[in-house]
Amino acid sequence: MLIPCPHCGPRELGEFTYGGDATKDRPDPDRATAEDWNDYVFHRDNPRGRHAEYWHHGQGCRLWLKVTRDTVTHKIEGAETVGPAKREGTPS
Amino acid sequence: MSGYRLSPNAPGGSQIDRSKPLDFTFDGEAYEGFAGDTLASALLASSVDLYGRSFKYHRPRGLLSAGVEEPNALVTLGSGARSEPNTRATVVELFDGLEAKSQNRWPSLGFDVMAVNGLAGPILSAGFYYKTFMGPTAKAWMFYEHFIRKAAGLGAGTKLPDPDRYEEMNAFCDVLVVGSGPAGLMAALTAAGSGARVVLADEQAALGGNLRGSGLSHDLLAKLSAHDGVTLLPRTTVYGYYDDNTLGAVERVADHLPVPAEGQPRERHWTIRAREVVLATGAIERPIVFGDNDKPGVMLADAGRLYVERHGVAPGRQVALFTNNDGAYRSVAALAAAGISIAAIVDARAQISPAARSIADAAGAELLLGQAVTRALGGQQLSGIAVAPYDAAAGTSVGTARTIAADCLLVSGGWTPTIHLASQAGGTARWDETLTAFLPGAAHQPWRAAGACNGSLGTAASLAEGAQAGAEAARACGFASSPVSLPAATDEPLADAPLPVWDARPKGGKGKAFVDLQHDVTASDVALAHREGFRSVEHLKRYTTLGMATDQGKTSNIIGLALMARERQLSIPEVGTTRFRPPYTPVSLGALAGQARGGHFRPTRRTALHDWHIANGAEMVEAGLWLRPRIYRQGNETVEQAYVREARQVRESVGMVDVSTLGKIDVQGPDASEFLNRVYSNGFLKLPEGKARYGLMLREDGFLWDDGTTWRLSETQFLMTTTTANAAPVLSQLEFLLAAVWPEMKVAVTSVTEQWAGMAVSGPKSREVLAAALDGIDMSNEALPFMGVRKGHLNGVPVLVARLSFSGELAYEVYCGAHHGESVWTRILEAGKPFGMIPYGVEALGTLRIEKGHVAGPELDGRTTAEDLGLASMVSTKKPFIGSSMYQREGLTDPARLKLVGFVSAKGDKIRPGAHLVSAGDTASPPKSLGHITSTTYSPALEKYIALGLLEDGPNRIGETLVATYPLKNIDVEVEVVSSHFFDPDGSRMHV
Repeated sequence: MLIPCPHCGPRELGEFTYGGDATKDRPDPDRATAEDWNDYVFHRDNPRGRHAEYWHHGQGCRLWLKVTRDTVTHKIEGAETVGPAKREGTPS
Repeated sequence: MSGYRLSPNAPGGSQIDRSKPLDFTFDGEAYEGFAGDTLASALLASSVDLYGRSFKYHRPRGLLSAGVEEPNALVTLGSGARSEPNTRATVVELFDGLEAKSQNRWPSLGFDVMAVNGLAGPILSAGFYYKTFMGPTAKAWMFYEHFIRKAAGLGAGTKLPDPDRYEEMNAFCDVLVVGSGPAGLMAALTAAGSGARVVLADEQAALGGNLRGSGLSHDLLAKLSAHDGVTLLPRTTVYGYYDDNTLGAVERVADHLPVPAEGQPRERHWTIRAREVVLATGAIERPIVFGDNDKPGVMLADAGRLYVERHGVAPGRQVALFTNNDGAYRSVAALAAAGISIAAIVDARAQISPAARSIADAAGAELLLGQAVTRALGGQQLSGIAVAPYDAAAGTSVGTARTIAADCLLVSGGWTPTIHLASQAGGTARWDETLTAFLPGAAHQPWRAAGACNGSLGTAASLAEGAQAGAEAARACGFASSPVSLPAATDEPLADAPLPVWDARPKGGKGKAFVDLQHDVTASDVALAHREGFRSVEHLKRYTTLGMATDQGKTSNIIGLALMARERQLSIPEVGTTRFRPPYTPVSLGALAGQARGGHFRPTRRTALHDWHIANGAEMVEAGLWLRPRIYRQGNETVEQAYVREARQVRESVGMVDVSTLGKIDVQGPDASEFLNRVYSNGFLKLPEGKARYGLMLREDGFLWDDGTTWRLSETQFLMTTTTANAAPVLSQLEFLLAAVWPEMKVAVTSVTEQWAGMAVSGPKSREVLAAALDGIDMSNEALPFMGVRKGHLNGVPVLVARLSFSGELAYEVYCGAHHGESVWTRILEAGKPFGMIPYGVEALGTLRIEKGHVAGPELDGRTTAEDLGLASMVSTKKPFIGSSMYQREGLTDPARLKLVGFVSAKGDKIRPGAHLVSAGDTASPPKSLGHITSTTYSPALEKYIALGLLEDGPNRIGETLVATYPLKNIDVEVEVVSSHFFDPDGSRMHV
C-alpha cells in the first residue's frame, strides 16, 4: 500500500504507523460526560468502505496525516496533514 | 519398472543435454541423469515408480505431474544445514551430486509399517482431529497425539542455521508479465515494442512455458532480448499480488547448483511495483477420480507429454489414456511419435473430433468411447485398469468392467486456469461452463489476463490474446502502440472443452478414490463432510483439509467443489470457490527474511559510551534496541556478587551509570509549559527555570503510561525525559496531540535522545567528585538544591547538571553532547578516584531503585494506575490532563485492586520475578492468586532478598506472611509483606 504523504510524496506503508479512527474528536474536558469519554476512548466503528484514518509518517517527515481509505479495496482517496500546516496529497 | 529413457533418435528431449551426465542419489542409491533433467524426469528415466508415502495412509505414491502442482513426489533435498524438506521432485533441477530422500516412510519407502493406517481408514476420515479434540474422546487426544503427529506428516526441517545468503530486490516497471508461455511472450514483446519497461518472470528453469524448446520461443525470446528495458527472470515465481500493484516474487538464483557460488545468494526476493500487470500464468491439468486413482503409474496426460518432449523419458511401456477432452490426444500423439505403445484410449465422451480420432488411429490404440476407468489395478505399481461404460447423464459408470493391461495411465479431466494471482488481487472468479472451470473475474487493480489463465487454451489464441494484453498494458502506461506481427501458429484442432466427469466410479465402486492426493482426502470424505453439515466451501476445506498443504489443492480444489455440488444438488458456481491467498507456491522463509537475520534482524543502538564500557569489561544486556552495561564483573564474581559490590559502593561512596538511553525530548515554544501541564498528571505550570520535576503520564484510558523528569531550561524550553522503552511512543503521542487535539498550541517537540550523552553520578561522595570535575558550578546544597538544574562546563565542554536521584543517594545527572560523552565520563571517573568511584551497570541500578521502592518497567506494565503504585498524590484533581477523566472510573478506583508493596524473603531464599502470591494455607490447586512479584534483587543494604510486587489490598497486608509460588519450577518462597520503601524511607540521604 502506498500512502500519498503531502510532504514526502507517495511512500510505502512500512514508513507509517496506523493511528486509528480519525472521525473521533477528543471531548472537551470542561463539558464532557463519562459517556463521551467512554465513546472517545473505547468505541470504534468498523466501517466497510470509505473511512478516515490517522496515519503517522514516523519514518519520514513525522507529520500526522488524515487518510481517506476504502477498507474493502484499500484504495486511498487522499491524505492531508493534520494540524497547523495543512497540506493535501492525492494518490499518484 | 515403467519409465525409461527414450533413444536419442526418438523425437523429444528438447531440454536435456545427453553429453552431460549427472550423478545423484535418491534414498542413498546412485542414479544418473542428464543436464536439463528434473529430479523427477531423471528418476522416471531410471524406472523409479515410488516417490513417497501419502500423508495419512502411507500409501505408495508415484509421479502425478511434471510441475509445481505435484502433490505426491515430495522429497527432502540435501543434508545437514542445507537439508530442505517438501521440495517437489518435478521442479527440482538436477545437478551433479544432488542428494534426495523420500519422506513420511518408515523403515523404508518400499516397506512402510504405517501403511496399516490404510486399514484404519475409517478412523482417520474427515474431521478426525475435530472429533478427537472434542467430546468424550478429548482425553484420548493426549494419548494419540504423539503417535498421530509422527504418523501423519511431511518432511522434517533442519534445526541448523541456514548457511546461505538471501537478497532483496526492489524493482519498478511499466508492465510486469507473469508467465512466459505463448501469451506471456507476446505480451512482453508487444509492451516492450511500445517502449514500456517490462519485467517477464516465469517459475520454470527456462522461459517459454508451453513453447519451451520450440523454434517459436527461441525467436520470440531473441526479439525480446533485443529490447532495452526488458528484464527476463526465469526461475522466478511471482507468488503474491498485493495492494497498489505490488507483487512479490522469489528468484531461485542458485537452487540448481550444489552450493551457491562465492558471493551468490541462494534466492533473491523481488518486490515488484508495476504500473500494469499481464497475468499469463497458464493452466493446470486436473485428474479424474476413480478407485485407487493414487496408484503409482497414474499420471496427468500433459505431464506424460512433457516428460517425452522435454526430457526424452517415456512414462511407461504400455500406456493407456483416460480423458474427457480432445486436448489430451496431444499426449497420445507425442508418445506415439516417440515409439511408445499406447494400450488403449478410454474416452468418457461418445463422440470425439476427427482430429482426435486420427491421432488415435495413427497410434494404433484401441479406442473405447463412452467408457471410463473405474479402478486402477496392481500392487505398489499400476498393472492394469478396469474400464466400464460411462453414463454421462447419471455421472457414473455402469455395467460390467473389463480389464486392460497398462503400466502407465495418463489422465486428463480438463484444465484449471491458474487464477491464483488474479484472485489475490481481489477479483471474484467467474465460472465458465464450457471449460467447467473458474476464470479470472473483474479486475480491481490494473491487471489483465491472457492465454490459458484466461481460458484460451490454444497456442494461436494465446499468442493473439497476449499481444493484445501487452498492447493494452503499454497503452495504459501512456505508450503509443506499435503493432507487432503475430507469429504464424496453426489453429488448434483439438478443443479442450471437456465433458464434465468428476468421479468415474460406479455406485459402490471399490478402492479408495482420492480427491486431494497430498492430504489423503477421498471422495467419501467430501460426502461425509456433507452429511455432517460442513457444506460451504470454506467449511469443506477446513473439515476435510482439502486443498491445504504445499500444493494448496492445485489439482484437487475444483474436483472437491464438483463433488460437494453433486451432494448438494447445486451447480459448482452456486457452491462457490475459496479465495486464493499468497503464496502461490511455497516460499522459503530465508527469502522473506532476506538480510534481516541474526544481528541484522533489527537495529542495535549503542550509547556514546559503548566503546568505553566494552574496553572496561562491561557485560552488555539488551534493553529494547539498546545495549547497556549489565555489570562490570571483577575476577570470578557471579552476576549477583558483581551487582551487590557495585550497589554497595554507590551507597558507601560513589558510582556512575550510563543513562544515555533514557528518551529525551526537547519541548519548546511559548505554550510549552501549558502543553506539559496537559500531558502530565501533575502540575507543570509553576515549575521554575532551573528546576526539574518528576512527572507521570497517563493514557487516555486512565492507566499509568510513563514517567520521567522534565527540566525547565528557560521560560520556553524544557528537556523532557522518558523511560528507555517509551521514548518513541511518547514522542509520537506528543506530536499527535499537537497536530490533532491542540493545533492552536505553539509548541515544537524534537527527539534529542541521541544528541545527549547522560550519566548519573550517585553516592554520598558525588558532590565532591563533581565539584572537582566541573568548572564554574557551585555545587553546594544551597546553590544546587534537590531537583535543581544548572548549565556549566567540564574541561570546556558545555554540560547540563541536574540534581536527581533514582538510587536514593545524593546524586546528579550530567548531560553533555554525545560526541563529548567519553571525555566527560572519564574526567568524572578520574575525579572520583580518591573515593574509589566505580562505574555500575543496570543490575545495580535496579537494586538501588528497588531498595527505594521506585517503580520501573515491570511495575508500569500497562495494567497499573498511579494509585496502584502509591503515586496518587502525583495526580492532580485541579486540572484536566490526558487520562484525567478515565482515571476516575469505578474499575480504576476499586479498593480491591492490586497495589504496590514490598516483600522480604523470610528464610533467605531468592524470590523469582513473576511468582504468584498465595496464602500459606491455601491448598487448592491452583491456589488463589493474590497478586504477583514484579521486581526482585538481593539488597546489600538490608542483606536480604527483597522484591516489589502487586498485591490485592496490599498496604493493609503489611506484616503478613505469604508464599511467592512459581509452579513451573516448583519453587515456593515464604515472603513477608513490607512497605515498598525498604531503605531510607524519609529520603534523608538524597537531601543532604
